Amino acid sequence: MPSATLDPTRPEPPSDGGGARGGTGARAAPDGGRGAPPRHGAGRARLLSCWHAQRSGALAAHLDHHGPLPLPPAQGGAARLGTLMEAAGLAGRGGASFPSARKLAALRSAGGRPSVVVNAMEGEPASDKDRTLLWCAPHLVLDGAELVARALGAGRVVVCVPDDSDVDRAVAAAAAERAGAWRAPFALEVATLPGRYVAGEESALVSHLSGGPSAPAWRPDKGAPLRIGRSPALVHNAETLAQLALIARYGPEAFRAAGHPDAPGTTLVTVSGAVAHPGVLEVASGTPLGDIVACARPVDAVGAVLTGGFGGAWVPATAMGTPYTPQALAGVGGVAGAGVLVVLPARACGLAETARIARYMAGESAGQCGPCVFGLPAVADDLDELVAGTSPAAAARLASRLRSVDGRGACRHPDGVTRLVRSALGVFAADAEAHRRGRPCPQRGAPSVLPGLGAP
Amino acid sequence: MRRKATVRIAVDPVACEAYGYCAELLPEVLGTDEWGYPVVADPTVPPQLVEQARQAARACPRRALHLRPEA
Repeated sequence: MPSATLDPTRPEPPSDGGGARGGTGARAAPDGGRGAPPRHGAGRARLLSCWHAQRSGALAAHLDHHGPLPLPPAQGGAARLGTLMEAAGLAGRGGASFPSARKLAALRSAGGRPSVVVNAMEGEPASDKDRTLLWCAPHLVLDGAELVARALGAGRVVVCVPDDSDVDRAVAAAAAERAGAWRAPFALEVATLPGRYVAGEESALVSHLSGGPSAPAWRPDKGAPLRIGRSPALVHNAETLAQLALIARYGPEAFRAAGHPDAPGTTLVTVSGAVAHPGVLEVASGTPLGDIVACARPVDAVGAVLTGGFGGAWVPATAMGTPYTPQALAGVGGVAGAGVLVVLPARACGLAETARIARYMAGESAGQCGPCVFGLPAVADDLDELVAGTSPAAAARLASRLRSVDGRGACRHPDGVTRLVRSALGVFAADAEAHRRGRPCPQRGAPSVLPGLGAP
Repeated sequence: MRRKATVRIAVDPVACEAYGYCAELLPEVLGTDEWGYPVVADPTVPPQLVEQARQAARACPRRALHLRPEA
């Protein structure tokens, strides 16, 4: 039974013509939303609460809904922003869940006039939350970027979007509206970058913005700030900045009114796979995994859920009571990542689906590091053989190759694949053992339930 | 005196093209995977192997082998 404050929330227009202003909590109806179909939820969305405003007069509607942006003071603005982030417990929403305050502090000591990079690359095929956010609430994202840029005295804000989507139009329109409304002390740009899986990795982003290749860099000192030319770059995920815009307006307490002590606030989740209503949901962190999945209406008995995306991990159907927080998910072998959930029906073969993902991920390698270039296709081959039940040696070879790929790329792309494959071998252990004994998967060749990988 | 200290070894995987000289010259520290790329089991190079490690780093045509003082 979910508690009232942990109910998944859906974007809802303010019911009383703007009366939702200040409505920062994902407050559920007294009955916890039990009377209504779960898809519509009963709570009040935060990030997605103003989505309808996009249709006309977006900036005016945005300001009317959320109120003016409280600008940081000219002196000590960065310290104040850091305090706010810390008090709210804001963590990055791009996948690593890194504390935002620490990221800000690292950049403050970097020296040089900083640049703020808004990462909305969302190279993960099963994720749609950053695009959705930029369509529904571009001004919240730009507000967050503006707060950080003003606090740090940044000269430039660059919003990075993939070239295979048209979301750059939404951002450009919003940027134009803001330019007409007030004068910002920084340049606001939209950059469209190659829409590939690794293009959103932060060193790949910064490399591309510096005129280099859109590929991750080897960084032996991960603590050293990334730089665009000489300018230290603060890279934040789009959702993180939108959350910051809400925290600045409504305060850290309001932010913490929803969510879990480990992971305060709401979070955007993209649910797909074998569900009747795939899409992006805004949920309170800590909502039981099964409740989030139920919102998307699974079309079949749930066999397992892929968490965190194609570089994430499978979680078995027995763990659906797990609170949706990075820590709790890790406890059951899952990953919060950038908020991806893909529902696998019990009838599907998790190993065959994992093989498809491994093959896709091998193709998405930046092609720089040997262990990734050669290792990922080899891992995908081994998995294919395992699923086909034709090679008793495939399982042992796969285990050895996973060890040999681990931690040996410049970025974490290959590590994401090894994590995913290991989790598949654990969650679908019975199937793996049957295939190893020569029983091929009966579902082999069936269409994939995975988004972007041959789903019908 | 400095040569007595241990160093840490690291392979730049982007630069590395699997020439394999490093594993030839420093087999005590580096092995290779099935594709010929160097594998570092323990990045700490003991003092008696530091000079050998420097030679291996110099021998790399890609300058992909990096040594730094043990922190």
